[in-house]
Amino acid sequence: MKIRAHSWFILSLFAAFAKAGEVRIAAAASLSEAITEIGTTYQASHPETKITPVFAGSNALARQIESGAPIDLFFSADEKTMEGLVKNGLIAKEAVVPVLSNALVVVVSRDSSLPIRSAEDLAKLQRLSIADPAAVPAGVYAKTWLAGRGLWEKIQPITVAAENVRGALAVVEAGNADAAIVYRTDAAISQKVKIAFDVPAAESPSIVYPVALCKEAPNAAEAKPFFEFLQGEKAADIFRKRGFTVIPPATVKP
Amino acid sequence: MTPADGQLILFTLSTAAMAVLVSFPVGIAVAWALARKRWPGKALVETLLTLPLVMPPVATGLILLKLFGRRGPVGGWLHQTFGLEVIFTPKAVVLALAVMSFPLLVRSLRTAFEEIPRDLEEAAATLGKSPRQVFFRVSLPLARRGIAAGIILAFARALGEFGATVMVAGLIPGVTETLPLAIYRSFQTGDDSRAWLLAGVSAGIAFLAVAISGWFGRGKRWL
Repeated sequence: MKIRAHSWFILSLFAAFAKAGEVRIAAAASLSEAITEIGTTYQASHPETKITPVFAGSNALARQIESGAPIDLFFSADEKTMEGLVKNGLIAKEAVVPVLSNALVVVVSRDSSLPIRSAEDLAKLQRLSIADPAAVPAGVYAKTWLAGRGLWEKIQPITVAAENVRGALAVVEAGNADAAIVYRTDAAISQKVKIAFDVPAAESPSIVYPVALCKEAPNAAEAKPFFEFLQGEKAADIFRKRGFTVIPPATVKP
Repeated sequence: MTPADGQLILFTLSTAAMAVLVSFPVGIAVAWALARKRWPGKALVETLLTLPLVMPPVATGLILLKLFGRRGPVGGWLHQTFGLEVIFTPKAVVLALAVMSFPLLVRSLRTAFEEIPRDLEEAAATLGKSPRQVFFRVSLPLARRGIAAGIILAFARALGEFGATVMVAGLIPGVTETLPLAIYRSFQTGDDSRAWLLAGVSAGIAFLAVAISGWFGRGKRWL
C-alpha cells in the first residue's frame, strides 16, 4: 500500500511536468534556431499547443528517451541514432521520416589567417574541435569524412571533442582551437567564425536528419499535427532560410 | 577492464594527487593565517575561499576557462610568454581540481590548527623558541592528524570533480579524461557497462579515502 502511494506520487509528478497542451520535441543541437522558429510559427496558428523544444546532441537526447524522458517527437541529426531507438522499440520504423540534409564545413576564427583549404591541411593544426566522434552525429560524420580521406589516425590526436556540434563551434569562437568541423548551418549563426572551406559533397558522408513520433509520447494527439507541420511547406521555408536542404517527400515515400 | 581504463584510473589519481600537492603549501599558509592571526580583510578572504565550495562547479569552470583560455588574460599571457597551453591539456585538469578542492583543504587544515591547545604554542614561545620554530616543531606536529585527514578529503573531492573539469578539460579520451568525465561520456555514448564499471571504481576509491580520513581523525597511534 505504501509503495503504491509512493509510485502514485512519482507518476503525478511526471504528469505535472508534461502538461496537457504541451508538445515536447527533442531536437539535435544544430536545429536550435530552426525548431524554435518553427515552434513559434506553429503556436501562432495553434494557440492551444505549447511547443517545448529540448536541444542537445542527438545521442544525448536518445539516451534521455531511452531513460523514459517525456518526449513526444525526436528530431535526430543522423539516421543511426534514430535506428537505435527503433531497435529498442521506442520508435516505430514506419514513423521515421527523413526531412533534412545538411553539409559539413570547416570553420576558423573570423580573424584567423590560417591557410586551410583541404582535409590534408587540418593535420597541420595544433587543435581541431569536433563534436564527440564516439557518438554525436556531427562528430561521427566528421570522423567518417576524415577516415575516408585516410587522415583520421593522423588528426585524431589533435581533436578536442565537444558534447554537441554547438559546443565544437564555441571552442573556436573562444579561440581555444584553430578550427572546427561543424555543419554549414552552424557556421551561419556565428558572427565570430568564418568558413575556411566546404567539405566537398563527394567526400562527405550523406547527412540526413530524420524526425519521428515517439511510441510513448505523452501527448501524441497534439504532437501529430506538429509532426506533420514539420514536414510541410511553411517549415520547409524556415529550414531553407537557415541553410538546410529539405528532402522532398516524394523521394522518401515511393 | 581494459588497459585504457587502467590508464584512466591512474591519470585520475595522479591529477588529483598533483592538485593537492600544488595547493598544499598555499593551503597550509592560508589555514594558519586564518586560524591564528587577525588581519584586515580576513572575513572577505574567508568568504572568497568558501565560494568554490558552494558555487556551481560549472560556473567556476567557466571563470577558469575565460581566464586561462588562449584569449583569456592569464592564458593569453602564458601562451605568448612561455608558449604554454593550459586549456584542454592535463594542466587544465590539475588546475580545476586544485581550485575545487582548495576550500575543503583549507577548512580541514584550519580546524586542525585550531584544535591545538594554544598553551603549548605559548609555552614553546616563552621557552625561547622563535615563531618559526614554534610552527614547525610544535604546531605542525600536533596538527598532523588533521592535516592528513584534510589532504585525503581534498584528494577525494578532486577525484570526483566534474563540473569545472568538463569546462576546461574538453572530452579528450586518454589526454584529459578523468573518471567522472569518462562515466558521463560512456553513458552518453551508450556504453552503460563501462559507465557502471567506472562508477564502481569511483565508489571504491571514495570509500577508501573517506575511511582512511576518518581513521586519521580518530587518531591512530602511528600518526
